[in-house]
Amino acid sequence: MEIDENSPNIHIPRLDGFTGIEKPLGAGYEPGQGNNPADSVFNRVLPNALTAKSDELFALARKSSLWTLSFGLACCAIEMISAHASHHDLDRFGVVTWPSPRQADVMIVAGTVVKKMADPIKLLYEQMPDPKWVIAMGSCATNGGPYYKSYSVVMGVDHLIPVDVYVPGCPPRPEALIYGVMQLQEKIKNDAKRSFDEGSLHHNYEEQ
Amino acid sequence: MMLNDHLMKGHYTITTRNNNISSKSETQSSSVAKPLDQKESELLKNLKLAFAEFSETEVSVSLDMVVLRVEPGRLLDICESLKSNPKFSFNYLSCITVVDYEEQEEIFEMVYHLVSIDYHHKLAMKVSLPSNSPVVPSIFKIWKSADWFEREAHDLFGIQFEGRENLPPLLLYEGFEGYPGRKSFPFHEYEEW
Amino acid sequence: MQVHQQASEHSDAIDLMINMGPQHPSTHGVFRLVIWVDGERIVKVEPHIGYLHRGSEKICESEQYNQIVTLFDRLDYVGNLNNELAFCLAVEKLTETVVPERAEYIRVILCELNRIASHMLFYGVYGLDAGATTPMLYGFRERERVQELFESVTGARMMHNYIRIGGVKEDVPADFEKNVRKLLGDLKKGVEECDSLLSQNEMFLARTKGVGIISGDDALDYGVTGPALRASGVVEDVRVTDPYSIYERFDFGIPVGSMGDCWDRYFVRVEEMRESIKIIEQALAELPKGEISAKVRRIVRPPAGDVFIRTESPRGDLGVYIVSDGSDKPYRVKVRPPSFANLQALESMLKDTYIADAVLVLGSIDIIMGEVDR
Ligand code: SF4
Repeated sequence: MEIDENSPNIHIPRLDGFTGIEKPLGAGYEPGQGNNPADSVFNRVLPNALTAKSDELFALARKSSLWTLSFGLACCAIEMISAHASHHDLDRFGVVTWPSPRQADVMIVAGTVVKKMADPIKLLYEQMPDPKWVIAMGSCATNGGPYYKSYSVVMGVDHLIPVDVYVPGCPPRPEALIYGVMQLQEKIKNDAKRSFDEGSLHHNYEEQ
Repeated sequence: MMLNDHLMKGHYTITTRNNNISSKSETQSSSVAKPLDQKESELLKNLKLAFAEFSETEVSVSLDMVVLRVEPGRLLDICESLKSNPKFSFNYLSCITVVDYEEQEEIFEMVYHLVSIDYHHKLAMKVSLPSNSPVVPSIFKIWKSADWFEREAHDLFGIQFEGRENLPPLLLYEGFEGYPGRKSFPFHEYEEW
Repeated sequence: MQVHQQASEHSDAIDLMINMGPQHPSTHGVFRLVIWVDGERIVKVEPHIGYLHRGSEKICESEQYNQIVTLFDRLDYVGNLNNELAFCLAVEKLTETVVPERAEYIRVILCELNRIASHMLFYGVYGLDAGATTPMLYGFRERERVQELFESVTGARMMHNYIRIGGVKEDVPADFEKNVRKLLGDLKKGVEECDSLLSQNEMFLARTKGVGIISGDDALDYGVTGPALRASGVVEDVRVTDPYSIYERFDFGIPVGSMGDCWDRYFVRVEEMRESIKIIEQALAELPKGEISAKVRRIVRPPAGDVFIRTESPRGDLGVYIVSDGSDKPYRVKVRPPSFANLQALESMLKDTYIADAVLVLGSIDIIMGEVDR
């Protein structure tokens, strides 16, 4: 069916008349216009910034919406839940917990990693889509902690998967975890800056 | 409100004890082992009577616990009568422990802790097994709670249970070598894993 | 009739196996459950544990008695102080130490507060299991209050290492009594609020009433203890039937359920919080002055022998068995974890329920994997 472009009921979004950065934001909008888009921030900024700083732009977006894999192993998990719950409210930092690895960005390894659990952890990490980060929470996940003598504990989750931020403590206070998350956000931002020179956004395990 | 009342009053009973709150100076701390009170000494007497025919069964007392020493072959009979005899009615198996005396006496000691909910009795039952063939009858049929405790003993100490062969690992995983609970199993030295 | 038979024959062929865990948001830790279903109905379940087996009991054999308290903190990491108390009581019984009055009272107050904090965690998480998010926020608000008090007394939010052999680590701060009174006021209000939020909720009732029933005799046979056993109508509370510490001096009730279903197990805990508040009030009124620790050697060397002690942790009957050979390290430490035994009954509770209720039944036992696997 032909669309009558001149019909008053049909609005086809157009960008003609777009002259770049001089136009003020929201210009071109008239009341009663319906869905016809005004000049958005993307129209204004993207043509100039896209080629140079996309990595940084994405990093900004990524760092402000980190979805963590809700995955508690041991005692530290209780403090992790505390950090998510009413008093500390990790939501303020855009950190949302998500039960499935397929949509998660960050894995917070909260607790003792046992040899029996090693394979599932590796599998979970592999199921997460790139880019992904790992926070090792607590001394157990960092280096075995109080169980360094044990026959069944993995001496730190970094024997299995690459770790970005270590949060020490047994258990770390929720504030410490929040600080760790903020450090991770810094890291994501800085990595993007650096990767512009190095040519890759994500460090991978082999490089380390 | 109707529903609330129904639930709160119809189905819920709260038993309140009315004991006198004793004054501080008289009461002594209860964490010190008290001499056997009447309950326990009655249990002791009953046990001695009931198991008089088993000459090898020996009843003794350690701290506030009545201890029964049992031969592995007699274990099932004795457990059966401990549970079903109305004088004891040990209806709750609390715990099964394995203690490793391999280096000193070449035995494993199984300790069964029983509690009678009706009489509030406590009893420890000890069975010694030779360390070269630690086989003991399974009491899973008598108390279901023995299930995982026995599997744990099998995992960590390599105890074999008659009547329950081919136990899959419970706490450890397939392919774990050795019995980590035993004294002969070394502690972890830090190494790259 | 015929139709039914056909259906069952047909569905026999396609018994579906569902794997839950070890990473699953509602397994309360790393617990794996394999479920076989016939349609929506559960035919068989097979729990797999050991994903948190840290070998604590073995490590205890290489530590001195005073150091082991820290390991007990980490067993049941929601009822830390109760665990510390169990171990210290066992060693004190072995060494025949008399604990000063003040220490006993402080211990009871803190342990009961810990019980409330633990039940609040259960309350929040159970609401989450049932599909309600709000209870979690309420539960954690109350829990946070208790943890703040703990921090002012012990210096830590969770791993306190405060109850020591012979007493407690140090005296409570000067404003302790005032703080606890204020906290109790808040908690009383909080418990009422939580209760009115969830307990009589129509949908919550529909999902938990009559689900996962276990009879008292069955529960005992499986070794179930604590609130889960009392929900089935058995009056058994170690604080009353085999009193330890100074619990025989307080007047409090034992909440008992009648059906042994999920709702009973939930509500027994809510009632227990109220009873705990009563105990704390009585203890606070009597809190004596004086020493806070008996004279205990720096390195404890109990005489050779063995001791078994039962205590009531928030989850049930927590037993500690210590074999000493007279040296400064125990020869064998065995923990009788309540969740471990309670979890065995899951099989019987889940039989013939619907798959959608599996999470609720599991949640109602309130397991802590640190304790199950040790
Ligand atoms: S670091 Fe401490 S609190 Fe955290 S899991 Fe390990 S033992 Fe538990």
